[in-house]
Amino acid sequence: MWEQGTEMKPFLSNRRIFPRRWLQAAVLAVAVILFMGAGDDTARFKDLGHRMMCTCGCGQVLLECNHVGCQASEKMRNQLLAALDKGGSNSDDLILQGFVQEYGPTVIAAPTATGFNRVAWIMPFLVLALGIAFAVHIVRSWKNCPEPALADGIIIRPGSELDEFRQKARKETDL
Amino acid sequence: MSTIGSFALIAALALSGYCFLAGLLALLFSKHPASAAIGETARRAGIATFAAVLLAGIVLVVAAFNNDFSIAYIFHHSNRDLPAAYKFAVLWSGQEGSLLFWSLLLAGYGFVLRLRYKTDQRLFAYASVIIAAVQVFFLLILNCAAYPFATMQGALPQDGAGLNPLLQYPEMVIHPPLLYLGYVGFTVPFAFALGALIMKYPGEKWIHITRRWTMVTWCFLTIGVFLGAHWAYAVLGWGGYWGWDPVENASLMPWLTGTAFLHSVMMQEKRGMLKVWNMSLIFATFLLSMLGTFLTRSGVISSVHAFAQSSIGAWFLVFIVLTLGVCTFFLVANRSYLKSEHKLESLVSRESSFLFNNLLLLVVCFTILWGTFFPILSEFVQGHKVTVGPPFFNRVAVPVALLLLLLTAVGPLLAWRKTSLESLKRNFLFPAVGSLAIGVMMIVFGVRPWEDPSFFYATMAAVLSALVIFTVISEFLRGGRVIAGKSHQNLLSAMIHLCHRNTRRYGGYIVHFGVALVVIGILGTPFNKEVEREMGFGDEISIGPYTLVCQSYTQDDNPNYANEWAIINVFRGGKQITTMYPERRFYKASQQPQTLPRIYPSFREDFFLVSDLYLVYEGRNETTGQPIIKAHVNPLVPWIWIGLIVMVFGTIVALVPNAAAVQIAATTPVRVPAHVGAGD
Repeated sequence: MWEQGTEMKPFLSNRRIFPRRWLQAAVLAVAVILFMGAGDDTARFKDLGHRMMCTCGCGQVLLECNHVGCQASEKMRNQLLAALDKGGSNSDDLILQGFVQEYGPTVIAAPTATGFNRVAWIMPFLVLALGIAFAVHIVRSWKNCPEPALADGIIIRPGSELDEFRQKARKETDL
Repeated sequence: MSTIGSFALIAALALSGYCFLAGLLALLFSKHPASAAIGETARRAGIATFAAVLLAGIVLVVAAFNNDFSIAYIFHHSNRDLPAAYKFAVLWSGQEGSLLFWSLLLAGYGFVLRLRYKTDQRLFAYASVIIAAVQVFFLLILNCAAYPFATMQGALPQDGAGLNPLLQYPEMVIHPPLLYLGYVGFTVPFAFALGALIMKYPGEKWIHITRRWTMVTWCFLTIGVFLGAHWAYAVLGWGGYWGWDPVENASLMPWLTGTAFLHSVMMQEKRGMLKVWNMSLIFATFLLSMLGTFLTRSGVISSVHAFAQSSIGAWFLVFIVLTLGVCTFFLVANRSYLKSEHKLESLVSRESSFLFNNLLLLVVCFTILWGTFFPILSEFVQGHKVTVGPPFFNRVAVPVALLLLLLTAVGPLLAWRKTSLESLKRNFLFPAVGSLAIGVMMIVFGVRPWEDPSFFYATMAAVLSALVIFTVISEFLRGGRVIAGKSHQNLLSAMIHLCHRNTRRYGGYIVHFGVALVVIGILGTPFNKEVEREMGFGDEISIGPYTLVCQSYTQDDNPNYANEWAIINVFRGGKQITTMYPERRFYKASQQPQTLPRIYPSFREDFFLVSDLYLVYEGRNETTGQPIIKAHVNPLVPWIWIGLIVMVFGTIVALVPNAAAVQIAATTPVRVPAHVGAGD
């Protein structure tokens, strides 16, 4: 709200302020975009650097290779920075592809989700699923097995009643 | 010197060969009148094997201390100025020496086993023969393929090539022996299991006999694996402790199956169930130990830890296939002896939690095995190798490990046979509410699990670790209260008493507590910070809550290495809290550089949310001559090492024999006769 007595100056009516404010906003927007871009590039550098291996033979992830004066990792890091500097047209996949072409497929730190490499990712979860299904099947089939015939005079008590006994037995024997 | 060592190795091979053959004959013709005497000579030959292998080991160590570079192994792995402690490490720092060390440990285990043979003569005789067979294999390699006493040709060198700088660290004097004690130790339960299977031994006596062996072995392997991680953290200087290297994986696989065995064996003891499964698990554990050795020494998989490619990989492969064949044959032939005595009654029971715990442990083990061997499979199918590194293992193994953590929390709350929903709810309420509160607190303090998968996993790990911890606490409290109520002790004494009455159960809970602490230590990884900068006099780096100021940098020289280091003052909140000296050495004999990071755990500043300030001297800028320092802040990592101590403590508690039940004196009113007066 404007104070009483103050002449109201509509924003659009002031021709001097209008372009200056737009200019400020534009500079701010560019700065924000640039800043975001810088932030994104840092994050992308970190992400991509952790998706590749150093090729010096140390067996470490690119950004974790700490060999003093390691020529391979330094060169690769610089290449990665240069690829990121090219801008948005250079997607992550394209950058990785470039490294594969230069250093071979072993430069990628994990199998890709294409072709036969998919098997690497699927197999552990398949084994887990099959294992769970098998274990559940075993438990159910054992559970559904007919109970052995009881001798005369033995009374089977219902589950809820047995729970009470079990609790009591557990308290008396286990503790 | 080398002649004595050679003689000792040949004698050891002859003795262990006799122990195996004579022992086997005595068992095959057990009704023959001479079988007992032959069996006894086999046992004594087994004991003598230990003496012979020990002599060979001593000769190698003495040769290292005497700088006897006429022995090629000493020349390649030692030098005159190597400190005395590391001269011991020479024994296991190369292929031949480490195989001799392996053989020595196996002979040591066999020695103890053969001395205790009166516990069960026949079962021990079978186990002794099986251990002798493994011993023969190792001694054959030592005598034929990896001979440690080979001599240098030509003029004797004045000095040795030196020990690998990475191994010149105090932990290296204890890490490999402990890891090997773990690897080799699993031979003992394996031998008893196979022996019991072959002789169709009735009952679970072999499990009772091997229970302590297995737990001690498991404890050694646990310490070995964690010390390896700590060594990687404190020496390799990359700021991490686990790189999913094939050799690291090789040590983790038998640990996982061994852990599964320690759990499922309880089902066989208590309920006579899972007999085939337990046999298979202990066979798998032994074979995975062998596979790990094969991986390290064959050159099949490239690894930073691996020994040079050699011909002994083929020996191991043949041995593994042969052992697998023998185990499978007897499992199939004698399967009728392994029938379960009981069936599972409910999905919600302790038994089924063990079953699923085993399943998840094996899935993690399979994932690691699969990831380790996938490069070879890929080369076979696609014609080129692919790398299976940390991103694969983190993405696949972590979700399964979280499920495992959930079971670790829930399992102890389930009763044997069947658990009612009411009791589960009652026991679960406090731990569940507590752990959810931890999750909410994390979100309140700024962790956003929905923003990044690593934050999601960290939050889940925190919640589940808290669930494990609260479960363990509630179990101790509940039991302690019952004892305290009956014996009028205070709660703490009652809990100690409780622990002493069922050491295995409560020792196990303490181990679970330790595992939860280890997970807490790991979950800090997504929040790590790092900065790398050249630091001149007075230059500053700000990282996390710390400001690092370079006071100076200098260098020194000694006969073993030349070194340079920076002197960094560490400030927090404007106050200096410590000074750190990250260092870089250049070892003269091996002509190799080595960084030595310095680590400051912030226990004094923030106990529960402790973090490591980790400084690495990366090198010097050749133009300015100033040091390049890389600083990391690694939150929560110290909890990993504390968790290990708790796990070891829990295992020790579980090894203590149970105390007798508490004798509670009940007061019974006694009617006093009226005529009995005071003073009578």
